[in-house]
Amino acid sequence: MTKFAIRGLLSRKLRTALTAIAIVLGVAMISGTYVLTDSIDQAFDRIFTDIRKGSSAVITGRSAFDLSDGSGVTDPTLGESLLGEVRELPSVAQAEGSVDSDATQLIGDDGKAVVSGGAPNLGFSIANGDSDFNPLTLVDGAWPGPNEVVVDKETAADQGFEVGETIGVQAEGPVERVRVSGVVEFGSGLTIGGATLAGFDLATAQRLFKKVGRLDEIAIAAKPDAPDAELVRQIKEILPPGAQVKTGNEQAQSDSAETSEFISFLQTFLLAFGGIALFVGSFVIANSLSITIAQRTREFATLRTIGATNRQVLGSVMVEALVVGTLASIVGLFLGLALAKGLFRLFDAVGFTLPNSGLVFEPRTIFVALAAGILVTFLASVYPGFRATMVPPIAAVREGASLPDEPLDRVRSTLAGALMTGVGVIVGVVAITTTPGNSLVSALLAVLGLVLTLFGCALFPSRTLGAIASCALGFAALVYGLFVPGLGTTSVLLWMGVGVLLVFFGVARVTTRLIPSLAAFMSPIARWSVFALLVLFWPFFTLPYWLLRYGAWGPGAPGKRVLAFVGGALLNPLILVLVLAMWLRKGVTHWAPEWPAEFPSVIPDRSTTRVGSENARRNPQRTASTAAALMIGLALVTLVATLAAGIIASFEGAVNDLWKNSDSDYAITAQNNFSPIPIDAANAAAQAPGVVAVMNVRTGEVRAFKETIFATAVDPTARELIALKWKDGSQDVFANLGADGVFVDDGYADSNDLVVGSPIDVTFPSGSTETYVVKGIFDPPTGGSPFGNVTLSTEAWDAKVENPRNLYTFIAIDGDENDANTRALEEALAEFPNAKVQTRQEFIDNQIAGLSSVLNILYVLLALSVIVSLFGIVNTLVLTVFERTREIGMLRAIGMTRRQVRRMIRHESVITALIGAALGIVLGIVLAALLIARVDFLVFSFPTTQVIVFVIAAVVVGIVAAIFPARRAAKLDPLQAIAYE
Amino acid sequence: MSESHNGAVVVARDVTRRYGEGETAVDALRGVSVNIAAGEATAVMGPSGSGKSTLMHILAGLDKPTSGDVELAGTAITQLGDNALTKLRRDHIGFVFQFFNLLPMLDAKENILLPLTIAGEKPADGWFEQLVADVGLTDRLSHRPAELSGGQQQRVAIARALVSKPTVLFADEPTGNLDSSTSHEILELLRRSVDEYRQTIVMVTHDARAAAMAHRVLFLADGEIVRELGESSAHDILSVMEEVSAA
Repeated sequence: MTKFAIRGLLSRKLRTALTAIAIVLGVAMISGTYVLTDSIDQAFDRIFTDIRKGSSAVITGRSAFDLSDGSGVTDPTLGESLLGEVRELPSVAQAEGSVDSDATQLIGDDGKAVVSGGAPNLGFSIANGDSDFNPLTLVDGAWPGPNEVVVDKETAADQGFEVGETIGVQAEGPVERVRVSGVVEFGSGLTIGGATLAGFDLATAQRLFKKVGRLDEIAIAAKPDAPDAELVRQIKEILPPGAQVKTGNEQAQSDSAETSEFISFLQTFLLAFGGIALFVGSFVIANSLSITIAQRTREFATLRTIGATNRQVLGSVMVEALVVGTLASIVGLFLGLALAKGLFRLFDAVGFTLPNSGLVFEPRTIFVALAAGILVTFLASVYPGFRATMVPPIAAVREGASLPDEPLDRVRSTLAGALMTGVGVIVGVVAITTTPGNSLVSALLAVLGLVLTLFGCALFPSRTLGAIASCALGFAALVYGLFVPGLGTTSVLLWMGVGVLLVFFGVARVTTRLIPSLAAFMSPIARWSVFALLVLFWPFFTLPYWLLRYGAWGPGAPGKRVLAFVGGALLNPLILVLVLAMWLRKGVTHWAPEWPAEFPSVIPDRSTTRVGSENARRNPQRTASTAAALMIGLALVTLVATLAAGIIASFEGAVNDLWKNSDSDYAITAQNNFSPIPIDAANAAAQAPGVVAVMNVRTGEVRAFKETIFATAVDPTARELIALKWKDGSQDVFANLGADGVFVDDGYADSNDLVVGSPIDVTFPSGSTETYVVKGIFDPPTGGSPFGNVTLSTEAWDAKVENPRNLYTFIAIDGDENDANTRALEEALAEFPNAKVQTRQEFIDNQIAGLSSVLNILYVLLALSVIVSLFGIVNTLVLTVFERTREIGMLRAIGMTRRQVRRMIRHESVITALIGAALGIVLGIVLAALLIARVDFLVFSFPTTQVIVFVIAAVVVGIVAAIFPARRAAKLDPLQAIAYE
Repeated sequence: MSESHNGAVVVARDVTRRYGEGETAVDALRGVSVNIAAGEATAVMGPSGSGKSTLMHILAGLDKPTSGDVELAGTAITQLGDNALTKLRRDHIGFVFQFFNLLPMLDAKENILLPLTIAGEKPADGWFEQLVADVGLTDRLSHRPAELSGGQQQRVAIARALVSKPTVLFADEPTGNLDSSTSHEILELLRRSVDEYRQTIVMVTHDARAAAMAHRVLFLADGEIVRELGESSAHDILSVMEEVSAA
């Protein structure tokens, strides 16, 4: 009997490990996020501190309002004469002026611009390589002289740039050829992500950036005995308007402000996915605990008969859960370190390289990750724990005793449920509506309210009633968050998050009632989809596996076996590794692989699927909870896919509308599709043979009505090249803007009470303010406006903005779209490698391409919760196989083969996965439709391809989840299975 | 129904079975030879630990002997692999268990047909109807096991064992979980299957009344066959049992 005791213990150990995986992954995501963002933060901090380390004070141009990076306008520049004046000041030991540009393209040997996702291409001047102002150190070569450049180590290595070689560089003007004088890196040796560095001497940089006689900043070192404050005071006295001075530290902080904002966004974004994984994990834990508690009914009853109190039974369950939760959280914490590395790679792989100066492991990471993991495990175990206390002592002596289904007396539990739900709702609503007070406290209160509401809904004696209450509250929160005007972003997100979680919970609970019919419906789908997938896999996996095993252990002539082995190895070398591992195991443990193995067949087997589908139906609550975990992941994936399909469809519609009645044939944008490009590029394109008209759209930030807004400027040729829907005005507005006219979109006009003829004051970054007259109001197409809120003529824009840049350019050409025209335009743009000529469809596709890398990141992150739910299925199946040991033994005894047993388990698994997928996909589409109904510029589009892929993915999840439990079931010895108990 | 040369459908020669190794090894069977004749009911009796269940498991191909040979329906089964054994069980063996072992989510009809379903076969015309009429379940076919009494569940189990017309039906304490009047009905039913269908039955039991329905009773003690009786009364069997247990 010790044999069975050990077996029981082992299976318990396995169950514990499987349950823990759900928590491990969620906690790993949280700790990984913190490690990742802390590491990026540290890297950026080092960069910015490095840059300012030699500066006591820094003078920069000051724009009239804060500008965001890459908006198309930059801070105003300083006159070069200021540098001389600064050097005369008594406290100044040394001062150097410099210019920079974040769009300095290095041209690779292939003639193409070196770009890496959205990372900046930094160009700057190095006045004196050996001065303390220079954060860079030489790895090779020398500091740049006239017409020379130094490049960073990574780019040099990637592109094969060598000292002495001549390469192309392009900033504001056409490509220039410069000599590589050296290779540099940051002093602290950190990597800078995908950014490229190009350093020039001052005169060369000023020429390239079109800033001759101008400076972007002046770095100043104080004399050793002069305090920084005194230095700043002296500088302020000579400072011209439009310039500002900061100490080195202040400047470093303001440099890093924007990246800090980005990092904190990234942190919240990734934490959300960790939270989702933990939420899914809580379903898995609650489900596994419920199953094991049901299986241990007699054990608890025996405890009760020998005098254990309810409280002791509850305590034993909770302690067990807490131990699992704590161990899992510790493992997850450290797995997070590995995950952070993985995330660096992931972002790298999608072209979004992040800077890295080593992983940072803060105490805060340890605290939050452990607390979250343990808390979620604890909460998930409360309900199953209470169920265990419902076991009456009499169950110890009854054959086949099971847990009472409806525990408390109905009236009392309805009241308790209603009360708890009510309190939860009140706490949650108060927490969210008072967000501005303290966001951490109110977020914690919101979570508390949510948890209370969930438990309240679970307390209702009628499962359906509780589920409906939960769903209703969830949708109410969603609709409120989405459609009530005037809520802050945080409130909207909180309402939506809470609403979605409540809906998930409600659907998961009500699903129990639907499982029998859903399982019956899914059974044939499961059978045929598995069949179809296995047919596809057969030649690459199933057949080579059989051949290799035949070769290794099969009967028959050596020649035949060698042939089979070689054939199998050729078909799939990976399987060869697997079989070699089996062979090694055989040598070590005398484990004998079974032979003869049946020749692999994929023909569906009605009898096993029949029993499998009945198995999926016999315990609806178990199947429902297992499927619910997968449902959550798939609902979110579908939500994302549906939104993306909506965005793409709307955008395509918008571009087609704009181009439909216009003469435009081509578009020009930057290689990365969104960075503003120098206007020289469009001017060069205009010289191409056959060009009829060119329309440039400039972009940048301005201030109007006390708000910073995106403004655009457009050429008069827009009259023919872009077709707008005018609310007031006509296409002629484009031609009639002149020096003082603007047009605005109707939303902006409404919120600022603008009509044609209204005056509007626009402040530019330089600080100058000009009054314009509204000459037209247009209705932006669904899918996004081609213009900002306010649009000027390019003529008026260029008079006010230093270094104006184009966002995009449309071109009309004789003969419309054709290969010769494409070639002509490309030739005209040969000197501007960062400019890309595109046809209408290419333009649409390219604009959407940016979306798809964001999508890929989202899919990968959501895959984590799908993996958690996969382990949930594995867990349920392992427990189920354990519970049905005797039944499986009987089936084996009356003639079921091992393969049939495996298929039976697999069928149950695939049905569960398909139920999860069906619910998730429907729910995801409903949620997306709700969001799209809220957002004006989106139209609903059904993501057919993606949905098909998700269903296939669910089937694969089902198949993969069943592998291990099915093997365990098939290995059961029929004799022991019958003799069991 | 295939029979070997001497008219036996199951032949065991010098079968031993040892559990464990070294000093703690237990010999469950110490050289048992037995022929099970076709069309007869054979009861195997013995005190607890006598090896009667082990013998049945080995004869049915569920367990492997440490030494010796077993032939079932003319096939030597001791060297067969798992798949071959499974096929053999499908074609030649039916089982009746003490705890019925029905699938709770299938109704009576589906449970009875399960061995054929697993094998991908259908019952011959009229055979299923005749069988359920014989076991008296015609009006219970759409009930699930939970809706059936213990006796009815065991009838379903017997019908399930008979539906594939096996060479041998093995019954492991078929009345062990039933009250005495229900036990009587079940034993009647088993005996009728021998008389009417010439079904070969091997039954392990410690119930003398159950053994009394057999044509032949084997007594095991300490892993060896110590006595054998022909068709006998429960009283005679009981007194032999007492002798055997006392020895």
